[in-house]
Amino acid sequence: MESILNPWPWYISGPLISIIMFLLIFNGKTFGVSSNLRTICSACGADKFSKFFDIKIKDHLWNLMFILGASVGGFIALNYLSKNTHVEISENTKTILELYNINSFDSDYLPLEIFALESLNLNNITILVVGGLLIGFGTRYAGGCTSGHAITGLSQLQLGSLISVIGFFIGGLIMIHLIYPILFL
Amino acid sequence: MKKLYFFAVGIVFGIVMIKSEAASWFRIFEMFYFQSFHMYGIIGSAIITGVLGNLVIKKLQIKDFNNNRIQYNNKENTIKRYIVGGSIFGLGWALVGACPGPMFVLFGAGFYSALIIILSAVLGTFIYGLLKDKLPH
Repeated sequence: MESILNPWPWYISGPLISIIMFLLIFNGKTFGVSSNLRTICSACGADKFSKFFDIKIKDHLWNLMFILGASVGGFIALNYLSKNTHVEISENTKTILELYNINSFDSDYLPLEIFALESLNLNNITILVVGGLLIGFGTRYAGGCTSGHAITGLSQLQLGSLISVIGFFIGGLIMIHLIYPILFL
Repeated sequence: MKKLYFFAVGIVFGIVMIKSEAASWFRIFEMFYFQSFHMYGIIGSAIITGVLGNLVIKKLQIKDFNNNRIQYNNKENTIKRYIVGGSIFGLGWALVGACPGPMFVLFGAGFYSALIIILSAVLGTFIYGLLKDKLPH
């Protein structure tokens, strides 16, 4: 029980993720979370504005069930399967975070300085909104996210997925090393 | 019944995302500083087991649970959309420290500000749908 309540090591978590992928593949589906964003658009009537959203929602309900389950899984894991929820990041990272005045790494799963409802000022809301817009736009442009490209695509040795993952890191490295210092220091 | 299956697999996914810490902003920040092997270990071992699994499926022509052949759809042969779209996603992934799976997981886990990310991501996808034909792919 102890080992379940502690954070799971990478060599357990990684293979579990690929098992999840195969559980979907063996039911005729694929592992791709960002597709749900398109389905939600369609369900809200976006098909009136672009034929990109002209899809049969019924064919994608399984994936909405998947993310609904993922939310429930998140609730279960954080509330019932975790002894404490802070994340043991490296000391070097902690030093950098302190420069950014982010100090909640010793107590919490996410930086409360950004995510706590009490700290939802205009700055933080802007970060979350812009981040969300980039994610929603970029994943559909690239045709997939971490699940669809990094895990599913690379597992099939797809060149397009490799290029996408390189893109993920170009964007991520630019954000963390070039834009973060401008935004937060 | 089928829907319940995907709901159940989703629950396992949500638990793995939290317990592996892949849904933690801190881990994503650390990953882009290359200061821990953790995230690379998760993604790398998922890919290696995935590659092996796909090889076995193809070699032995294993059928799925419904006795159908397992289909592999090849991605398009182009670079632009992957490198440009991928980089845009990467900017957002690093900015909020969450990709599409974890944003739903985090919301369920009680980090309600993740809802702002989800709604904005839906809007971002909508904007892509409007501009799709004007963008280079």
